[in-house]
Amino acid sequence: MMASSYNAKDEDGHITVTGPGGGTLRSKKPENTAFKQQRLPAWQPILTAGTVLPAFFIIGLIFIPIGIGLYVTSNNIKEFEVDYTGVDMSSPCFNCSQNFSWNSTTPCTCTIPFFLEQPYESNVFMYYGLSNFYQNHRRYVKSRDDSQLNGDMTSLKEPSKECEPYAYHDNKPIAPCGAIANSMFNDTLELFYNDPNGTKVQIPLTNIGIAWWTDKHVKFKNPGVGEANQNLTTAFQGTTKPLNWRRPVYELDAAANNDGFINEDFIVWMRTAALPTFRKLYRIIKSPSNGMMPTMPRGNYTLEVVYITTMSKNLRQNLFNQLNPDYPVRSFEGRKRMILSTISWMGGKNPFLGIAYITVGSVCFFLGVVLLIIHHKCGNRNNSADISN
Amino acid sequence: MEAFWRRNSHVEKERHVKANARDYNDKFSYADNHIKTSKYNVFTFLPINLFEQFRRVANVYFLVLLILQIIPEISSLSWFTTIGPLVLVLAITAVKDATDDYFRHKSDQQVNNRQSQVLIRGSLQNEKWMNVRVGDIIKIENSQFVAADILLLCSSEPYGLCYIETAELDGETNLKVRQALTITSDLGDITKLMDFDGEVICEPPNNKLDKFTGTLYWRDNEYPLDNEKMLLRGCVLRNTEWCFGLVIYAGLQTKLMQNCGKTSFKRTSIEKLINTLVLWILAFLICMGVILAIGNTIWESQIGRNFQVFLPWNEFQRSAVFSGFLTFWSYIIILNTVVPISLYVSVEVLRLGHSYFINWDRKMYYSQTDTAAEAHTTTLNEELGQVEFIFSDKTGTLTQNIMVFSKCSINGKTFGDIYNEYDQKVEITEKTACVDFSFNPLCDRRFKFYDSNLVEAIKLEDLAVQEFFRLLALCHTVMPEEKSEGNLVYQAQSPDEGALVTAARNFGFVFRARTPETITLCEMGRAVTYQLLAKLDFNNERKRMSVIVRNPEGQIKLYSKGADTIIFDSLDPSNEDLMYTTSEHLDEFAREGLRTLALAYKDLDEEDFDVWMKKLLFASTVIENREKQLADLYKEIEQGLRLLGATAIEDKLQEGVPETIARLSLADIKIWVLTGDKRETAMKIGYSCNMLPDDMSEVFVISKHTVQEVQQELRSAKEHILGLSRVSSTGDVEKTNMFVVDSVFEETIIAEYALVINGHSLAHALEPQLEHVLLDLACLCKTVICCRVTPLQKAQVVELVKRHKGAVTLAIGDGANDVSMIKTAHIGVGISGQEGMQAVLASDYSFAQFRYLQRLLLVHGRWSYFRMCNFLRYFFYKNFAFTLVNFWYGFFCGFSAQTVYDQWFITLFNSVYTSLPVLAMGLFDQDVNDQNSLRYPCLYKPGQQNLLFNKRQFFLCMLQGIGTSFLLFFIPYGAFSVMVKEDGSNFSDQQTLAVTIATSLVIVVSVQIGLDIHYWTAVNHLFIWGSLTVYFAILFAMQSNGIFGIFPSIFPFIGTARNCLSEKSVWLVILLTTVVCVVPGLVVSFLRADLFPTLTDKVRHQQLRKREGPQEQNLRRVRRTSSGRSAKAFSHQQGFGELITSGKNMRMNTVPSVSSPGRTPHSSTWIENVLKRKNRVSCANDESTGGPENSEIAKQTPKQQHTD
Repeated sequence: MMASSYNAKDEDGHITVTGPGGGTLRSKKPENTAFKQQRLPAWQPILTAGTVLPAFFIIGLIFIPIGIGLYVTSNNIKEFEVDYTGVDMSSPCFNCSQNFSWNSTTPCTCTIPFFLEQPYESNVFMYYGLSNFYQNHRRYVKSRDDSQLNGDMTSLKEPSKECEPYAYHDNKPIAPCGAIANSMFNDTLELFYNDPNGTKVQIPLTNIGIAWWTDKHVKFKNPGVGEANQNLTTAFQGTTKPLNWRRPVYELDAAANNDGFINEDFIVWMRTAALPTFRKLYRIIKSPSNGMMPTMPRGNYTLEVVYITTMSKNLRQNLFNQLNPDYPVRSFEGRKRMILSTISWMGGKNPFLGIAYITVGSVCFFLGVVLLIIHHKCGNRNNSADISN
Repeated sequence: MEAFWRRNSHVEKERHVKANARDYNDKFSYADNHIKTSKYNVFTFLPINLFEQFRRVANVYFLVLLILQIIPEISSLSWFTTIGPLVLVLAITAVKDATDDYFRHKSDQQVNNRQSQVLIRGSLQNEKWMNVRVGDIIKIENSQFVAADILLLCSSEPYGLCYIETAELDGETNLKVRQALTITSDLGDITKLMDFDGEVICEPPNNKLDKFTGTLYWRDNEYPLDNEKMLLRGCVLRNTEWCFGLVIYAGLQTKLMQNCGKTSFKRTSIEKLINTLVLWILAFLICMGVILAIGNTIWESQIGRNFQVFLPWNEFQRSAVFSGFLTFWSYIIILNTVVPISLYVSVEVLRLGHSYFINWDRKMYYSQTDTAAEAHTTTLNEELGQVEFIFSDKTGTLTQNIMVFSKCSINGKTFGDIYNEYDQKVEITEKTACVDFSFNPLCDRRFKFYDSNLVEAIKLEDLAVQEFFRLLALCHTVMPEEKSEGNLVYQAQSPDEGALVTAARNFGFVFRARTPETITLCEMGRAVTYQLLAKLDFNNERKRMSVIVRNPEGQIKLYSKGADTIIFDSLDPSNEDLMYTTSEHLDEFAREGLRTLALAYKDLDEEDFDVWMKKLLFASTVIENREKQLADLYKEIEQGLRLLGATAIEDKLQEGVPETIARLSLADIKIWVLTGDKRETAMKIGYSCNMLPDDMSEVFVISKHTVQEVQQELRSAKEHILGLSRVSSTGDVEKTNMFVVDSVFEETIIAEYALVINGHSLAHALEPQLEHVLLDLACLCKTVICCRVTPLQKAQVVELVKRHKGAVTLAIGDGANDVSMIKTAHIGVGISGQEGMQAVLASDYSFAQFRYLQRLLLVHGRWSYFRMCNFLRYFFYKNFAFTLVNFWYGFFCGFSAQTVYDQWFITLFNSVYTSLPVLAMGLFDQDVNDQNSLRYPCLYKPGQQNLLFNKRQFFLCMLQGIGTSFLLFFIPYGAFSVMVKEDGSNFSDQQTLAVTIATSLVIVVSVQIGLDIHYWTAVNHLFIWGSLTVYFAILFAMQSNGIFGIFPSIFPFIGTARNCLSEKSVWLVILLTTVVCVVPGLVVSFLRADLFPTLTDKVRHQQLRKREGPQEQNLRRVRRTSSGRSAKAFSHQQGFGELITSGKNMRMNTVPSVSSPGRTPHSSTWIENVLKRKNRVSCANDESTGGPENSEIAKQTPKQQHTD
C-alpha cells in the first residue's frame, strides 16, 4: 500500500534509502504528440445557415428532376395484369377451380381472353403474381437445404433437419426437400395471339434466362455433375419427389441444362419473396429478331391456364377443406395473376420511387425556404457577440 | 460511525504478545506482516474471474439469450450472433482484470520485500517486511518507514525519546515525540534486548490512530501502555539515529491498514442511468415481444391455419396461442440488439481512452517532481464533467506546506519587495536573482530572499535590524541539531517558527545551541551566549510568546512576538507613529495572504525584573487559579513594549490555487475545505485563495462543544441568512418586479456568506438530528471551511453531501488523513509528491499540483462527459434504427420472427461495421477546444445539470431511432413491392431486401455520425470511410462464390450483393432512404442551434472565426485584496516551550516527560475584528474576472493596493 515513497522524501539533507527501481532516470513527461495532447488537426464543421440552407436547396434541385425522370420512365412502361384466381362465378377459371374432379387425370384448362391496347416492344416479360402468400414466413424460409441444392451428395441422402416435415417420405429422402420446394408454383400458363384474320398463334415463351446467373451457375447444382456415366436419374436415385409434385425433380424439363435443381422455374421459386404479395418471372417473350415488328402487337390475346393435379390423394384427404385442384391459394384468400410487362433502364413499372423523389425534393426545397425565412426573421446571427460568463 | 470502518469479523478479544518468543506468539496465529491486495493467482484466475464476470447482469442476460438461441423451435438467429460478441467481451474484461491484478501483485511484492532489521537469535538480521512477525523486536533507523505497529522499547536519544513524522497516517508534517517506558529505555544493546521477555496484553486490532491501551508485564511488574509509546506502521523515524520496538500488530492488522477502509466499487451516474435505461429497454423489448406474439397468434389463427397447405404446423404446435408464445421468445432474441453487448465494451474502451488522455496530458505534468497526472480508475471519467462539490484538504493540497519568510517591516520600513528602475513592483519569479548569502558560512542554502536592501541594512549594522533578527533568533521553541560543524538542522514544532529562525540564521543571527538556561547565537560570526531568564509561553489566548534574556553585557531584555493586535495593545505610547506605519505594512502583507507576526522588545530593570520574578515563582506554586494568575503576570511585564517591526511568512500556496478556485467557482462548483489544521490557519488560507473574499458579508464560525449550543448557532446562522434575504427580497420585489424567482435570491445569498466549523462542533452537527440544518446552512454559504476535523469526519461530511444533495462530489487530498474522504467521494483525487503515497494509492486520479484540477475537470471531465453522452445518444439511436426494422417487418411476414437482415450482418453490425466510427467519436470529439473550455468555465454547467444525456435525451434519440427504422423499412417496402431487375428477372426477394436495407442502414448511420461529429480528425475519416469500405468488402466476400462453395448452408446469400447493388434503382432507394432519414434530424439541430444557441454553440462560432487569433488569458492572476489581517495564524503549539525550558528533552536533564498535545483554540473574538476592519480596506476585489474585458481591472488591482 505504501509503494515507493522512500525516495520522494529528502528533507534535512539526509540521504534516503534508494527504492527499488530507483535507477530509472527516464522522465515521465508525456510525449508532445498531437495525438496524445488531443491536438490532432481536425475539421470542425458547424451547422450554420450558410451550409445547411444551400444543402436543402441542392437536395431539392437534384431530387425533383430525378423524381420526374423516374415518374416519366415508369409511366412509359407498359404493363398488363390478369387475375385468373377464379373466385367470381363469372371468371372463366371458376369452373376449373371449383369443379375439377381430383381423380381425373386430364388437366383442366381455362381460357382467358384479353386485349392489349398498345403494342409491347422489345422483350416482354411474363410474370406470375401471388398475393397473401407468405413466402417470407420464418419456418417457410428456413425450410430448405442449400447444401442439397448445391449438389452435395450427403445432403441429398440426408436432408437437413430444417426441411422437416418435408425431409423424408416413406423413409426416402425428399429431393429437393423442404416446404419451399414442396409448394412450388405449377400452373402452366400459355399465351395465344388472336390474329385479326382469325388464327390463334401461340406465342413462344422462353424459360431460359429467367433466373439470376449466380443462382443458376453457382448456388444450384445437380448432384453428381461431372461424374462419369451419370445421368440425372441415377444421381437422384434413392430419393423421392416432394409430396405435392407430380413428377420427380429430374423430369422438370426435357432440356438437360434446365433440369433437376438447375431448372430455372424451380430456382425462381426458391428465391423467396420478401413480401406476401409478389411476382416472379415466368417466361420471356423475346422480341422478333428483325426488330421491325413489336413483340406483342396491339390486339386480342388469350391466356390459357393449365391446371395440373399436384397433390397426392392422401394429402388431399387430410386437408378436407382444401378441395382446390389447381395451385391452391383460395384457402388462404390468395390471388393468382399473370402480368405482362416491358422494362426500362430502371427495371419494371414503379411509380413509387418517382413520386417519392418528387415529394422529398419538394419538401426539402420548401424546408430550405422556410428555414431561410426563420433564420432571417429570428435567427441568431451575431452568435458569439454575447458570450458572457 | 463504527460500522463505517468495520472490517474484521473474526473476534479477537485481547492480544497477548511476548517478546522474543515466536513459538508462544504463533499460538495465536496473528496476521503476519505480509500484505496482499491482489485477487487472483495463475490457477484461480479463470474460474474466479469468470464467476465475477457472470455476476454482472448484462453478461447473464446475454448468456440467457445464447441458451434461448440453442432451442431450435425458438431460435430465430444462429448461436454465433451472440457467442462471438460475448466471448469478445469476456476476453477483453479478463485481460484488463489480469493486468490490474498483475500490477497489484507487483506493488504488494515491492512493499513486502522491503528490508527491515529483525533481532533473531541474538543478532540483527535483514529480513523482508513480510517475514516480520508479531513479537519480533525490530530496529528502525533514521528516515526509515516503520514496518509494523510497534511498541517503542528504546532509542538512541536519552530517555527513550524519539521523533516521528506521521504524514502517512494523519497528514501532519510536524514532528511528534514518542517516548519509551523508562524501564525499557535502557535496553539499548542487543544482548539486553535478547533477554527482554516482557509480555504485552493489549486491545485487539482497531483503526483508532490516536488510541492504544495495553499493559506490559515484565519481571513481575505491570506497566501501563498508551499511544505515546507506539510507533505505527507508515510513520517515518526522524532525528533519531535508531530505535528498537516490539511488533504488536502486523500486516493487515496494523492501524494503517485497518484505516484503509474497503475499496468500494464506484459507479458513475451515467452508468447508473445506463443500467436503468437498459431495464427500460428490456421492458420495451418485452412489450414489443408481446405485441408481436399477439400478432402471431392472430395471424396463425386467421391465415396461418389456412396456409397449412404449404406450411403445416409442427406436431407439438397445435394451437395458435402456443405459436405466439414461441414467437415471443424468438422476437426477444431478434430484438435483443437494442441492448447491444457492445455497449458495455465500448463504454469501457472509451473510458480507458479518456484515462490515457489524462495520463498523457503534458499540461498536467509537473516537471519539478517528474510526475504526470495519472488516472487510476478507468470508470469515472465522465463523472469528472459533472462535479458539483469539491472537498479539499488544505495542507499539501492548497498549500505547498512550506513556510517561507518572505517580507518584513523593520522600524517602519518594508523589505522583501523588489522594484525596477521605474519604481514599479516586480513580480518575483523563479528567474529573479536572489540575495547572495555567501558572506555567512552558516547560512541555509535553500533559503531565498530577493530584496538585497535588507542585507545592506544588516551589513550597515542598523541597530533596529540587528535587534529584529536577534529577537527572531532568541524567541522561539526550535531545537537545533548540529551534526557536523556548520551543518545545522532545526527541529521546529511549527514550520512558521522554523522559517523565522532560518531567516535570522541567514541574515547572520544564527541560533546554534540551547540548554535549559542558555541560548547560544552566532551573531555576525561572533558567538554570543544569552542567559534565558524566563519564557512566557505561547497560548491561544495570549497569542504571543516572550522570552526574557540577559545578554553578555548584563542587560535584561524581553523579546516578544505575537499577533499584531495584541502586541499593539501593549506598546509604549511613544511608538504610535511607528505603530501606524507598521500597521499599514501589516495590512499590505495581509492583503497578499501572508501570515504576519509583530515583534517588540523591551529593556528591563534589574530590580523590576527581580520583583516580577518573585511574583512569578510564587504564582507558579499556587494551586488555585494558577493559569489565570500566571497570565496576569505575563501581561503585567509585557507592557510598554517598543515595536521592532513585523514579519510576513508566506504559507506558500501552490501555484495557481486562487485562479483555479476562482475558475472552478465560475463553473458553479462549490469548494469546501476540510482540514485537520487549526481554524486560523485554515481561514488564512481561505483568505489567500480567495475563498473568503472581502465582500463576504458574514463569516459564521461554529465552535461549540455541546449539541444544544451547536444547534443554536447553526439555527441562528441560518435564520440570519434567510431573514436578511427575506428583508432584501421583499424590498426588491416591490422595487423591481413581481416575478423574481426564489432561486435568484438563493444565488445572491450564496455569494455572501461563509461557514467555518470546528471539528468538535462538527461531531455534533453530523448527528442525525442536526445534519440537515448543517447541510442547509452549508449550502446557503458560498464557502465552507471545516477545521480540526478527523479523517473520519471528512468522510462523514462527504457522505452527508453525497447522500442528501444527490450531487457529484470530488475529494482532493494528499495525506493518509484524506484517504477516507477520497474513498467516500464519488471521485477521489490524490496530490502526489508531498506527503507520501497513501492518498494517491487510494485515489482515482492523482497529479502533483492542485491547479491541475481545473484542467482535469473543465477540460478532461467536460470532454469525457460530452463524448460519453454523444456516444450514448448515437449508440442508442443506431441500435434502435437497426433493430426495429425487424419489428416493422413482423407485420409483413406473419409475425414469424423472420429477420430482415442476413444473420452475418446482425453479428457484425455492432461489432465491425459501426463500432469504430462511434468509438472514434467517443475518443476524439471536441466541441470546444481546451483553451476555450478553461476560458469559459460556464461551459461546464450542462454537465452538472445533466443536460447532455438524461431520460429525455434518451427518449429523443430512441424516437429518432424508431423513426429511422420505420423509414428504413417502409421506403424499400414501397419500392420493392413492384421491383423488377433491369433484365426483367424478379427482384423483390428477401435477400435483396435484406442487402438493400442493410446497406441503407450502414450509410444512414454513417451519415448521421458524420453530422454528430464536431471534430473530424484523420482517425474519424479513416474509421468512417474504413467502416463503409469494410462493410462492402465483407458483404461481397461473404456473398462470393468461393466462400459459398466451402460452406453452402452458412452463406446462402451468394450473389445477392452483386445482383442487387448493380441496379440503379437500388441505389436510388438507398439515396432516398438516406436523405429522408437524415433530414429531419438536421432540421431540428439546425433550428436549435440557430434559434436557441447554447454557450457551446457561441464559443464554437467564435472559435471558428478566430481559429488563428492569439488566445489571451482572461483570468489573470487574482491578487489578494483581502483584509484578513487579524486572521493571522500562529502555528505555535502550546506546551512545547515548556518541554524545552524544562529541559525534558535535553540530554543532561533528568525528568523525562511527554509533551501535551496542542489544544484547540476557542476564541472567536478576532472574527469580530475582521468585520470591524473590513471597512478599512476599500480595495474592490473583482474576483469574478471572467471575460477578457475584465482583465484590465485585474491588472489595475495591484496599483490600487499601492495607492490604498
